[in-house]
Amino acid sequence: MKIVEINDLTVEYPGVKALDNLSFSINEGDFLGIIGPNGAGKSTLFSCMLGILTNYQGTIKFFEKDIKQSRNYLKQIGYVPQKPVFEKNFPATVKDVIRMAWTNPSNDSIIDQVLQQVWMHELGNRRIGDLSGGQQQRVFIAKALVNKPKILILDEPVAGVDVQSSEIFYSILRELNKKEKITIIWSSHDMDAVNKLVNKVACLNQTLFFHGSSNEFFENENLVKQYSEASMQQHMHFHETH
Amino acid sequence: MTLEILSYGFMQRAIISGIAIAILCSVVGLFLVLRRYSLFGDAIAHSSFGGIALGLMVGIYPLWTAYAVSLGSALVITRIRNRFKISGDASVAILLSAGIAIGLVLISVSGGFTIDIFSFLFGSILLVSTNDTILILGLTGVILVIILLLYRQLVYSTFNEEQAKVSGIPVEKLNYLIIFLAGITVVTSIQLVGILLISALFVVPNVTAIMYGRGFKQTALLSIGFAVFSVVAGILASYVFDITPSGTIVLVSIAIFAITLSMKSLNIIK
Repeated sequence: MKIVEINDLTVEYPGVKALDNLSFSINEGDFLGIIGPNGAGKSTLFSCMLGILTNYQGTIKFFEKDIKQSRNYLKQIGYVPQKPVFEKNFPATVKDVIRMAWTNPSNDSIIDQVLQQVWMHELGNRRIGDLSGGQQQRVFIAKALVNKPKILILDEPVAGVDVQSSEIFYSILRELNKKEKITIIWSSHDMDAVNKLVNKVACLNQTLFFHGSSNEFFENENLVKQYSEASMQQHMHFHETH
Repeated sequence: MTLEILSYGFMQRAIISGIAIAILCSVVGLFLVLRRYSLFGDAIAHSSFGGIALGLMVGIYPLWTAYAVSLGSALVITRIRNRFKISGDASVAILLSAGIAIGLVLISVSGGFTIDIFSFLFGSILLVSTNDTILILGLTGVILVIILLLYRQLVYSTFNEEQAKVSGIPVEKLNYLIIFLAGITVVTSIQLVGILLISALFVVPNVTAIMYGRGFKQTALLSIGFAVFSVVAGILASYVFDITPSGTIVLVSIAIFAITLSMKSLNIIK
């Protein structure tokens, strides 16, 4: 069943086309990896999907409804940004951060449950600013899970996170997709992880160059080579600038 | 001695109003400090100077005109800042200097400084009337109820605007609400410490409480505790030693901050 449908999506900034006539759909239960070089339009695509950017042409449907008609679909989406910006000394514990996103507060055991899902149950009372980058990202996944979303959207969530933390992160994503049946839309520059985790791949560079199964993508040597180089450049650029 | 002081009506009104203002300033101030608007309270207070001068000139109760002018200027400067991408500190500087400049011009037009102006500049908590006390308690109650009702949304949009937006929280409206509440709080608090020291009540107890490394609610409660202690101890000490209450309140608050800072540097608190 299609739960996301994007048709003829075009976004223009003054003098630049960020996205050009993009069309694809995502099925329930998919684990979609979106790959592309810096400036390919991945974050612009997510901004449109999340209703942050509304000045676009074309249509985006979630659960068969145009997102311009209603923002209710957001209740079924959990979002994990690349690197959440917050004040380092913000007086919030891990549990406080999860409670912020909790739209129907009821039994506190849900908070313990989502912390368990991201292997962070022992750190619930620690201050968020005192955790490592990898641990913070796991807390943001827990926050995204607290309202029991059907879809998780992650925008390069492990950029700048160490290898060990990334591996833990990937295991958590795999469990959420396989056991909890959550549809995952994930942009990444880590081709190895994309290969291991996803069942669908979308290659983006303003327009859509490929959309299909992960097997089809990794059998296409030219495409893999082209996007691996782009991803490597992006990886290097990230480490140079952070 | 303390019991004798508390038997005076003016002292009872001062302490009751002072406690209400302390709670209000620390709660509203926590959101301002965490949004990096620490000096916004100062700017609103200075813009209220223009409003007070206008009230004195035309013969209206100066606090009413102060409410109108400071709220109007706070909302206008926020709109200009959002529309023209002017940085936070620059917009604060514009608001602050415009308020003082308008006040000075109005005062010179109306014939110079009066004793009333000084009481607004430096506070006059011991002169607060029963009607003022009722107004302060009423406004404190209304503002605290609004904050409690919107608590989750306010905390979330303060923590991370983008994520709050994605969760469907009307972040821009909340930003205006916070500025609006801060405007009312500042003008209400002018009687306690005056225009020149108002930002200390917003900033110092909150910065002190944040250093204790607790969660949001505990930090807010610690901040309220520090603010209430500073106000009560400051008012009592000022009476006993015959010194100005506003300066004493702020100095007590800064003493708590200095003690906390020392404890932090000695690793007594983490």
